[in-house]
Amino acid sequence: MLAEIGQFTLAFGMLLASLLAALPLYGYFSNNEKFMHTARPLAYLQLIFLLVSFLILVALFISQDFSVAYVWRNSNLALPLRYRISATWGAHEGSMLLWLVIQTIWTAAVAFYSKSLSRSQVARVLSVLGIISLGFTAFVFFTSNPFLRSIPAPFDGNDLNPLLQDVGLIIHPPILYMGYVGMSVPFAISIAALLGGKIDETWIRWSRPWTNAAWGFLTFGIVLGSWWAYYELGWGGWWFWDPVENASFLPWLAGTALIHVQAVSEKRNAFRGWTVLLAILGFSLSVLGTFLVRSGVLTSVHAFASDPKRGVFVLTLLAIYAGGALFLYALRANKLKSQGGFQLSSRETLLLANSIIFSVACFMVLLGTLFPLFFEAFGKKISVGPPYFGSMFFMMMMPMAVLLPLGMYYRWQKDELTRVLKQLLPSLVITLVLAVVVWFFFKPLNLKASLGVFGGAWVFVTAMFYLKDYKGKLTRAVWGMQIAHIGVAIYLFGVSMTEHTDFEIDSLMNPGEVKMVQGYAIEFKGVEVKQIENYRASQGHFVVSKNGKIVAEMNPQKRYYPKRGNPMTEAAIDPGFSRDLYISLGEQINDQGGWAVRIYIKPFIRWMWGGGILMMLGGFWAASDRRYFRHAKLLKQKNIDKYLKA
Amino acid sequence: MNKTVLKALIPLVLFLSLVFLLYNGLGKDTRLLPSALINKPVPTFSLPSLLNNKTLSNESFKGQMYLLNVWASWCPNCRVEHPMVTEFARQNIIPVYGLNYKDDDATAKAWLNQFGNPYSDILVDSKGLVGIDFGVYGAPETFLIDGDGIIRHKIVGELNPQNIQNELLPLIEKYKNTIK
Repeated sequence: MLAEIGQFTLAFGMLLASLLAALPLYGYFSNNEKFMHTARPLAYLQLIFLLVSFLILVALFISQDFSVAYVWRNSNLALPLRYRISATWGAHEGSMLLWLVIQTIWTAAVAFYSKSLSRSQVARVLSVLGIISLGFTAFVFFTSNPFLRSIPAPFDGNDLNPLLQDVGLIIHPPILYMGYVGMSVPFAISIAALLGGKIDETWIRWSRPWTNAAWGFLTFGIVLGSWWAYYELGWGGWWFWDPVENASFLPWLAGTALIHVQAVSEKRNAFRGWTVLLAILGFSLSVLGTFLVRSGVLTSVHAFASDPKRGVFVLTLLAIYAGGALFLYALRANKLKSQGGFQLSSRETLLLANSIIFSVACFMVLLGTLFPLFFEAFGKKISVGPPYFGSMFFMMMMPMAVLLPLGMYYRWQKDELTRVLKQLLPSLVITLVLAVVVWFFFKPLNLKASLGVFGGAWVFVTAMFYLKDYKGKLTRAVWGMQIAHIGVAIYLFGVSMTEHTDFEIDSLMNPGEVKMVQGYAIEFKGVEVKQIENYRASQGHFVVSKNGKIVAEMNPQKRYYPKRGNPMTEAAIDPGFSRDLYISLGEQINDQGGWAVRIYIKPFIRWMWGGGILMMLGGFWAASDRRYFRHAKLLKQKNIDKYLKA
Repeated sequence: MNKTVLKALIPLVLFLSLVFLLYNGLGKDTRLLPSALINKPVPTFSLPSLLNNKTLSNESFKGQMYLLNVWASWCPNCRVEHPMVTEFARQNIIPVYGLNYKDDDATAKAWLNQFGNPYSDILVDSKGLVGIDFGVYGAPETFLIDGDGIIRHKIVGELNPQNIQNELLPLIEKYKNTIK
């Protein structure tokens, strides 16, 4: 019965989405206030119905209703409660339902926080968001319905993919989706503005906090994904340039470009068309990502159920949304002319350079991801591995790091390079000193690592000086920007150290054996077999000591989930400020209890994620700047002024 | 139409060609790529071994029918496939050789240490040049090569019980007289 109610609320949600897509927009074009007024209530109702639908699916998992096909495929009687809940979004159907709920959350948030917009603006933005949720509701309902029954109900279910039975996977998808779907808000704002034929700084200012917030979630989602891959896949890597990872990275790159170009667009009335284009690109890449993951055109470690029918559906949605948006953009291109003039030597130019660097990086990642497809179209075959992405990305991020401080120090419109350089000279000296100190402390550092450390230090030092010397009030927007930039610096340092000074050994260890690794004495005590929750584990026991003092006791596991054949490697990690110790078990080698053991030392790897978290915080902090909320008052004041004048 | 509008149409055109490309990719099953090399001799190669100091070339495999499994430590699907390769090698039907593709020796060795080494020997193609000669699309891929050095079959993607049973075993049976 419950499943049928879920199905009903989903269908009703689809009806509400189609009303939201049609009514306010109709009201806008026919100048009918009543229809425009329906936007907000419809947005709230839509949220309620889809949320109920989602909660019902959660309830079906908790109550283990195996007559629902999706539940029995992804859960079983032995699955602990927390994973039964997260199994709701552990496979395709449920995760698309989660996507929908998040879409409606953003829509409702826009409805709630849009007091400063006029009625016709609200109507357009919410209608566009309605069009988006209509497409995805139809997608879920017609191709990926999680409520379908399979009668008779099996006695026990299958299992949730063991890789997904993990805390990281409880939170990673919802956060990532917040970012993915959040990109639909700046998209909808741009489309709504294009529909009206005018983009002024009010629009841009209004879309900035939304972009920042969505970008913040996206950043955090990616950090979580990387962290999960690091400890769960058991091979010590933190990013694999896998198509699905790239799918989340693409909108992030576009979003980063968008955030920076919005600053110019709002303050200087320049690059309006470019801003709109990047907003369209950001969301289109989110949808493209969905397509790549769900259609099976590219194979990946995330092996979600892939089905060509779904692929066609998402591709159609992509064609309608992005194609329609780009068509509209071309129609309105004449009205997007920017007025603000500026010279080559100005902050405008540097921010443009930033957005170009990120767009090119985005294009290169897209190219690498789709390369096999391109070549296939011409009857050739090729493969693209991490070496391509790694070196490409390094070449992109170095100019970014070098130019970043210049962008902060340059003045709008017109500035002198010599003035800026003079101002940056103390920072440059300190940066060089810092980089040399790091170099001598950790030598030998190779060229890439040295450059990375230099870049990180350069961004860090200049950001600090910027805050120290800032004249005027340090608003949240300024703080947010610098927190994010410091995040970039810390990320760069972490990634350079981790990638280039990490250490690993593989060896056969017999019980009682001690290995000396970079000053750590690692003693292998042996492996015991344990039954834990729904799996059996061979658990190793290692005692790590330094200078005779015990630093950590570590228990890496090899797990066997009875429902699925493959063993899982669960690494043991001793996290630290300046290094992670990482031990994973290979295979048992001999009858004396000897095992193949892999030991890593990953220097400063936490800094990398820490940097990402700072970037996220910066994004959120800037989004909460009072400037964006004060606007409602200003608008009222303006209207009164206008009224008085007339 | 004026210039601004024409310029503004560029993104739309680019996007539509992308959609076309993706649609094109949808129709095809990426796992059923035909290889131009089927029933052709193995490209000539001479590569170092990952396991010892020897150099392996076409000569080293003369008279053997074998599977050449293209893998890399950076390739997630190779991990998925690994138990299947191990199982096949254990059955001793024909030897399985590895082609370590665009990989780093140390990581590749570490990978083998962690998951086990099913291969009789492993060719190292760190730049992927021999891979190009073989028309390697991505890892994993598996070639069946008979005793005359002719490529008889290619599997793109993971080995699994189905393609071993339905594709590899019949061909191995068919060409077993080439083993010398």
